[in-house]
Amino acid sequence: MTMAILCIAGVGLVAAVVLAIADRYLSVREDPRIGMVTAALPGANCGGCGFPGCDGYARALVAGTAPNGACAAGGEACAAEIAKILGVAAVATERRVALVKCCGTRSEAIRVGDYNGICDCNVAAATAGGDKGCTYGCLGYGACANVCPKGAISIRDGLAKVDKRLCIGCGKCVTACPKKIIELVPASATIHVLCANPDKGPQVRKVCGVGCMGCHLCEKNSGGKEAGHFTFQGFLAKVNYENPPTDEQIVAKCPAKCMSVDPHFETGH
Amino acid sequence: MSYIIITLVGAVLVNNFVLSRFLGCCPFLGVSKKLDTALGMSGAVVFVMTIASAVTWCLDHWLLTPNGLGYIHTLAFILVIAALVQFIDIAMKKFVPPLHAALGIFLPLITTNCAVLGAAELNYKQGLGFVPSVFFSFAAAVGFGFALVLFSGIREKLAHADPPRCFRGIALALVTGGLLALAFMGFSGLDKGIERILK
Repeated sequence: MTMAILCIAGVGLVAAVVLAIADRYLSVREDPRIGMVTAALPGANCGGCGFPGCDGYARALVAGTAPNGACAAGGEACAAEIAKILGVAAVATERRVALVKCCGTRSEAIRVGDYNGICDCNVAAATAGGDKGCTYGCLGYGACANVCPKGAISIRDGLAKVDKRLCIGCGKCVTACPKKIIELVPASATIHVLCANPDKGPQVRKVCGVGCMGCHLCEKNSGGKEAGHFTFQGFLAKVNYENPPTDEQIVAKCPAKCMSVDPHFETGH
Repeated sequence: MSYIIITLVGAVLVNNFVLSRFLGCCPFLGVSKKLDTALGMSGAVVFVMTIASAVTWCLDHWLLTPNGLGYIHTLAFILVIAALVQFIDIAMKKFVPPLHAALGIFLPLITTNCAVLGAAELNYKQGLGFVPSVFFSFAAAVGFGFALVLFSGIREKLAHADPPRCFRGIALALVTGGLLALAFMGFSGLDKGIERILK
């Protein structure tokens, strides 16, 4: 009995001494700032900055190989705190959120087929481009919602919708979308064009009741071409997010009804 | 040579640690969602299990058995294994940083892994010599890694399936693991057969 107690205690003591010595003489000296920067980051490990996790980004920041402000989840407050630790000036970043540029719900946009395959946009898109008449539109099978680390995307009436309050702007949905219709936009911008179809008006009308026809009315109503609130790609209006329009009247005047004021808030949990 | 083949087949296919002895089920379900994490975990387990069996063999033969203390071997083994994994973690970080970057995050998970303790226990029970016990632990760890990689491959494919809501996630993983264990039952007796052929 005494022998057993002594034996276990001895083994434990030897292990403790070995570990203590190892910790003293074998420990690797790390820049203490790495730990501080990691603590300042949100810790979501979303990978939006392009590094494997917050720890990887913190190491690159301390090494000086990554720009401060690449963390979309942390935003300005996080960048300012990191700047304080590293002693460098913060790069002003505006919070960006994802926007799905399509408003063709099941009732508005026609479906040309009946898709019964695997519930994933990438698979659906690989099956003859999907079942939607508009080849540019949101398929609504949730490839973006599946990769979202915050659960900010939900599928409503065959369309992906982003909850602005939950979105951290990591950009995972942007890469996941096979139609490439998700864009990161400034969170302060309120007026958006919810269409990604650059075809001519009559062609758009054939497949969707709410597609942009490129009539330039939004541009005219917001002060003309000189004001520079919109750019055009084919017959598709795009909001110039460097200089976004603020007059919400133009939304109601859009004949195609493809514009919206703050579509993000339509979801909510 | 025949010993090596029989031990390998026996530990990997017939008496697989996860699928027929049901040891190490926690990492089997926990880190099997992606193939690359499963590979990292398998590497860490092979590494730790081989070293741990060598250390526990020495502890048993030089300290416990000579003093008639065989009955407290479980307690002594878990203590030594936990300390050993911590030590490997520190030493690896210092001397082989690339290996630490690949396996480092899995090492704390293995500290109290029952598969590692199970291998040491089995070696003790079977009363093997030093080299056979180390080789048996290595083969058992390879078997563990084999099951983990197979399972994660299946789970990656299953992620695309659309099961009923009540089966989603861990429920389906448990059913899949059970089916995989059933499939491995088909290997029973294979080591005996090989032994007969080699003789």
